[in-house]
Amino acid sequence: MDHAFLALPLRRLADAALDRARRLGAHHAAVQVVRTRSGHLLLRNARTAASSDTARTGLSVRVFTARGRGFASTVELTAEAAADAVDRAWEVARSGSSPTSFSDEPVHHDAEWVSAYDVNPFDVPESDRAALLADWSTALLAAAPVSSVLAKCNATQENRFYADLAGTTTTQQNVRVHPQVLVAGVHPRTGVMRTLRSVGPPTARGWEYLGGDGWDWAGELAALPDQLAAKVGARPVEPGVHDLVIDASNLWLTIHESVGHATELDRALGHEISYAGTTFATPDLLGSLRYGSDLMTVTADRTAPHGMATTGFDDEGVAAQSWPLVERGVLTGFQSDRSTAAAVGAARSTGCSYAESASHVPLARMPNVSLAPAAGPCSTDDLISGVEDGIYLAGSDSWSIDATRSDFQFTAQRCHRIRAGRLAEPLAGVAYRSSTTEFWSSLARLGDESTVTAFGADLCGKGRPAQAAAASHSCPSALFTRVPVHHVGDAT
Amino acid sequence: MIAAHELVEQAIAAGRPGDQVVVIVDDTAHAHLRRAGEVTTSAAHVLDRQVHVVVTTPGGAAGVVSAGVVSAGGALDAAAVRDLVEAASILARRSTADVDPLPPADRPPASDWHEPAVTAPAGVLAGLAADLSGAARGFALHCYAEHEVRTTWLGTSSGVRRRHVQPSGVVELTARTATSSAWVGVDLPDLSDFNPHPLLDELQQRLGWGATRVDVASGRHEVLLPPSCTADLLKHLYRSAGGRDAADGRTAFSVPDGGTRLGERVAALPVTLRSDPAHKGLECDPFVVTRVSGADTSVADNGLALGPTNWITDGVLTALVHTRASARQAGDAFTPRIGNLVLEGPPGERSTLPEMIAATRNGLLLTSLWYLREVDTRALRLTGLTRDGVYVVRDGEVIGATDDFRFNESPLRLLDRITEIGPTSVTLPREPDDERPRTAMPPVRVADFSAVAARA
Repeated sequence: MDHAFLALPLRRLADAALDRARRLGAHHAAVQVVRTRSGHLLLRNARTAASSDTARTGLSVRVFTARGRGFASTVELTAEAAADAVDRAWEVARSGSSPTSFSDEPVHHDAEWVSAYDVNPFDVPESDRAALLADWSTALLAAAPVSSVLAKCNATQENRFYADLAGTTTTQQNVRVHPQVLVAGVHPRTGVMRTLRSVGPPTARGWEYLGGDGWDWAGELAALPDQLAAKVGARPVEPGVHDLVIDASNLWLTIHESVGHATELDRALGHEISYAGTTFATPDLLGSLRYGSDLMTVTADRTAPHGMATTGFDDEGVAAQSWPLVERGVLTGFQSDRSTAAAVGAARSTGCSYAESASHVPLARMPNVSLAPAAGPCSTDDLISGVEDGIYLAGSDSWSIDATRSDFQFTAQRCHRIRAGRLAEPLAGVAYRSSTTEFWSSLARLGDESTVTAFGADLCGKGRPAQAAAASHSCPSALFTRVPVHHVGDAT
Repeated sequence: MIAAHELVEQAIAAGRPGDQVVVIVDDTAHAHLRRAGEVTTSAAHVLDRQVHVVVTTPGGAAGVVSAGVVSAGGALDAAAVRDLVEAASILARRSTADVDPLPPADRPPASDWHEPAVTAPAGVLAGLAADLSGAARGFALHCYAEHEVRTTWLGTSSGVRRRHVQPSGVVELTARTATSSAWVGVDLPDLSDFNPHPLLDELQQRLGWGATRVDVASGRHEVLLPPSCTADLLKHLYRSAGGRDAADGRTAFSVPDGGTRLGERVAALPVTLRSDPAHKGLECDPFVVTRVSGADTSVADNGLALGPTNWITDGVLTALVHTRASARQAGDAFTPRIGNLVLEGPPGERSTLPEMIAATRNGLLLTSLWYLREVDTRALRLTGLTRDGVYVVRDGEVIGATDDFRFNESPLRLLDRITEIGPTSVTLPREPDDERPRTAMPPVRVADFSAVAARA
């Protein structure tokens, strides 16, 4: 645990805030001290183009009163400022008209949790971090058809202290990294320029990740020039209805958008109508909504090692847990925090409360949401070999989904035609478009455990003001039949 | 807490000999209120301070002038300020980035340099909340309101001392019935200007239109885009207008054999797309404030004055976004990014949106665009959806609403298909983002807008 964070007067601040809330007569109150350090490094053609190192520390309080809820925060870490924040939160709560209910939860005294990593990226000098990215870039620039390379790495360390009037006190630390490479190249004859992004995911690991612990960076970087050569020579896809073999590196984002966000209980309750929208999956359909084929089983989880949404306790002091969202194709669960759980009469929250920083109001955020693989053996090659005429897609690219989490469109980094069970020519401009239940109902075959990788999003936005959160999505490769495909790229 | 201007001076004084230092302090007071129907789902008051220190040194690792940037959020004491500067100095020496020397001061220190931050009280939205409580007229009313005041101090070791106060605010209302929904939003930096009734009238009118459903086939349609939709599309164009990326062949402003499209006609009508930090009603930072360098922004340009810039003039591309370094490399003028964006037609009388509706024989009136994402950077092609109301216009009248649809369109190519342009007014894009340029846009009539029925 970070000593500088532990050296802050955490208990004294919490006591000052909670004493003040108790004296005001709050039904419930919680205080958080959050310190987030984020490092960003960007190299353009092997030279540093931008770097930053930010440490953000603040205190927030939430009070629940007879009128409703209020939140206030400050960057001043003094007892007086903490008490003043409670007064301001109390004032803010006056705009409400009814009390907020929240689920009863077990109390956790002095709990601590630290995510699993070996080398804190902030213990690695920035020059060493830049040197590694420069080495990657230099090697790529030497390989045709690469004409330019952007290489970047984001590193984050979050420290959170939480205390509430019920007596829960938690102190936690989470570390994650996200390296990424973007190469551009031009076809030597046609002059067509295209870009290709590495698919190595963000993860809750330390600097050891860039050395190959958790992802084969050497293998992926070595493959990028040939993959780019195929992409710059790719022909536009013929629009139509196709069988798709979707690699885990692409499918994770479809899971994130069409299952992860669709099963957020605050959406289902209408709390996001004014911004993120609603969802077709509503609590009255629990246990009956046919989400997809029988092969589809999706689990929500905040306990898996190296998952970016993995934690010990959420931002309301609720212990991390794992629960089903979709079982054998039927909707069986939602993601909640304490107030949304109470709103539907659930006994317990699923522990999804999270705030990006002390300046942000905690709200229900996505846990790790993962699709279970096939029990029997089935490699990605097996999936491809079973397709007479189709398309293989790998790597996430653009995404867009409607305000009910139904109509969507996704593109990919790399696409190939499948002919007679084998990968054939590369394709450009492939966008698959469907509705959530139609798409998941077309799930015809799953890859086995050997095809599973945890990908994820480290900058998922939600809420107003918008705030970012991170979540991982473990999934296998999978076959979907008769999916509408459109062409959205250039016509070359 | 140390006064912001004193923090700036302490940081500059802590720089090593020969180094140059830029210090930016942002003090922000923020309040918001979010309601779903009559239930308050979020109400907050946030006091925040962010400090950004840039150190440039001629002793960079590659033998060039390089920069280190370190930022901190919190109430820093004097020791923490010195630590921040030292950390930035170390980063600068390890960096291989080549940056320009800081610009010298071109004016005396700001007269309000020593003034404290402008703030907003915790109850600043109480009046607005009262106005909206029970305001729904037979529909469910969802609301988000935000008020924020950011005070920025920017000082450099080359003598720049500038201060800027940026108030901002939004009110967004979403109305729903069992069969229809509608959204309106306003850019509202001054809460005393808030009057809910015109917004509620507009919502009520749209919900009334939505009571009748009309089937419309997928295909290309003439559409009317209100100012908010125009803003959503044009801010993507502005975001992709980096001069360096264009010169590198990465964007829709590149030409295939190298170079950029500067000087090319990009719109059939003589429209002008411009930015001006002093534009009335859209005031924004009047000098460069770059907290972290990006593709078309540089920390080395901090403090330079911003002036009116035409990106497109009478339909011709006349500027791309440049840092001093990228402008010099390209041989273009230095035209840094500015925090607002205005689209205008040529001078003269213009039809309002209701008049444009009345002049429409067969078309669609869109009201808000959603989830716009790039699917082809080189063509600036975006995919997205309509949301909260697409209305069918026949023979000059709205006859009902149709289902939402998906589109794949390039705002650049769309500019070239504008057939009519209305009067420009301050507007709020539906999709908020980090950059959030303040916008003034016209309603426009666009031919052959690609609409594909959404797969519900």
